[in-house]
Amino acid sequence: MSQRELAIRAEGLVKHFKDVKAVDGVDLEVPAGTVYGVLGPNGAGKTTTVRMLATLLRPDAGSATVFGRDLIADAASVRSQVSLTGQYASLDEDLTGIENLVLLSRLYGYGKPAARERAADLLEAFGLTAAAGKQVKAYSGGMRRRLDIAASIIVTPKLLFLDEPTTGLDPRSRNQVWDVVRTIVGEGTTVLLTTQYLEEADQLASRIAVIDTGRVIAEGTPGQLKSSVGAGSIRVRLHHADQRDHARQILVEALAGEVELDDDPVALTARLAPGQDTAVQGSHALGELARGGVLVDDFSLGQPSLDEVFLALTNKVDA
Amino acid sequence: MTVTQTTTKSDADAPAPVERDHLRRLLATGERPAAPSAFASARAFAWRSMLKIKHVPEQLFDILLFPIMMLLMFTYLFGGAIAGGTGDYLQFLLPGIMVMSIVMTTMYTGMSVNIDINKGVSDRFRTLPIWRAAPMVGYLLADVFRYAAAGAVMFGTGMVMGYRPEGGAAGVLLGVGLLLVFCFAFSWLWTWLGLITRSEKTVMSISMSIMFPLTFLSNIMVDPSTMPGWLQPVVKNTPISQLVDGVRGLFDGNVDSASVATTLIWSAGFIAVFGFLTIRAYNRK
Repeated sequence: MSQRELAIRAEGLVKHFKDVKAVDGVDLEVPAGTVYGVLGPNGAGKTTTVRMLATLLRPDAGSATVFGRDLIADAASVRSQVSLTGQYASLDEDLTGIENLVLLSRLYGYGKPAARERAADLLEAFGLTAAAGKQVKAYSGGMRRRLDIAASIIVTPKLLFLDEPTTGLDPRSRNQVWDVVRTIVGEGTTVLLTTQYLEEADQLASRIAVIDTGRVIAEGTPGQLKSSVGAGSIRVRLHHADQRDHARQILVEALAGEVELDDDPVALTARLAPGQDTAVQGSHALGELARGGVLVDDFSLGQPSLDEVFLALTNKVDA
Repeated sequence: MTVTQTTTKSDADAPAPVERDHLRRLLATGERPAAPSAFASARAFAWRSMLKIKHVPEQLFDILLFPIMMLLMFTYLFGGAIAGGTGDYLQFLLPGIMVMSIVMTTMYTGMSVNIDINKGVSDRFRTLPIWRAAPMVGYLLADVFRYAAAGAVMFGTGMVMGYRPEGGAAGVLLGVGLLLVFCFAFSWLWTWLGLITRSEKTVMSISMSIMFPLTFLSNIMVDPSTMPGWLQPVVKNTPISQLVDGVRGLFDGNVDSASVATTLIWSAGFIAVFGFLTIRAYNRK
């Protein structure tokens, strides 16, 4: 990594809850001005890590700095640089959208007229003007997320934590959130984003740390991570179940790899070897199937799933 | 007449509620204003509580209806038995029952703090660079408003029932003022409890087991000189009895300055001890 300014430097962060080691020695180096993805399954320690870095939890051991300020000794100064959008909307559900934003604007130090203006402006930018006077408990998941992110940029933070910003959202709302994240980072804010979805980290993050059972088990660019895990897969659904053995034969020859029969009697999955180009191999396989007279209903190329990333990475750790 | 055909149909159909350019402009202008003063941030939180009353007015019923019920029940049920007549008993009871019902409602503060802390919204507040005590002080300021409302309703009901304060308007206002000061101070016990307990139910049951003995073992309903000798010094010296003596004296127009002073000392003590514990618990959460 080049000698760029670091937004976060964390060393050996540890947090235990009773007997559970939620975070068990996490090191992170987050370059300023980028989206950094923290990827991991539920219970991996993502949220606990974020809560420590946002000054909500005191680490049991380890140290961290946010833009050079010490997380523990200088917590107040860290707070003036960061914003947090938690996993569950950090809003007051009894209040309306505009009341939430006015309240927070006032807490950031805006005077009353300026707070109202800023709140109305943010609602408009996030397409929430029509819902401004509704209580937040009546908001949909996507609207809540947008309001939550709006609340996080009342004052443009140097570092924004987004804890699973798209979990539970429909695809359209998810795309909106991605759009917002790209715009925010485009204006110079560093974003630390936790997610369970490889695709999301892939879409947004320039570097990713994979966390499992409280430890970072891999770190790198999305490309590095994927190639370390292996290539993707090709999934085929046939028109006739009785052509499956024939199709399998063709795929084994075309791809020189493993081909599994799925539980679904018309489906089979071919795993590509590391280094193989998914698109090239895919079109080759499809051509061979057509030439062999196999009727294909559905044909899809897949990236390695998060499951596969984890299996591969955790096996490596155990070995 | 010419018709100009607009060809932006596909754009208009696409859902694009987030306006990127607008957002960019907001990010560019989002400079940090000067941080709010401690008082301004507490006032913002008090405003939040008032908004909650606006959106959930039911919570005000509790606080206003309960005191009236207490006043009616104790006057007409026990007045005859304890003082030989409801009229005389009301003169004795009103300041005390006002103290009892309002001090009892202070425990709702602990529950609201607990509900808040278990929701995401407190994460947001705790990452703001503001005075750490502001959310609690804000709560308590709004609560003091509710207590004042409850006090006014009780006093009004008492007047209708025939209560007449010898201390006049000034005495009543000073008495209620003393009660509000004590409630504000005493509530820090509940904010601390609200922060360290797991659920609002726990807060409720702990508060109840503190409040019941504290309010009944007092001079609110009966004169302590009717109690067994060993119990009298205990009952006479609880903070609640001292407060009742102070308020009763002010209402009746024969001010018991020792009790007023003791009450103020207790209040300072509650703020010092439980205010400290509250902020410590809040920072460690």
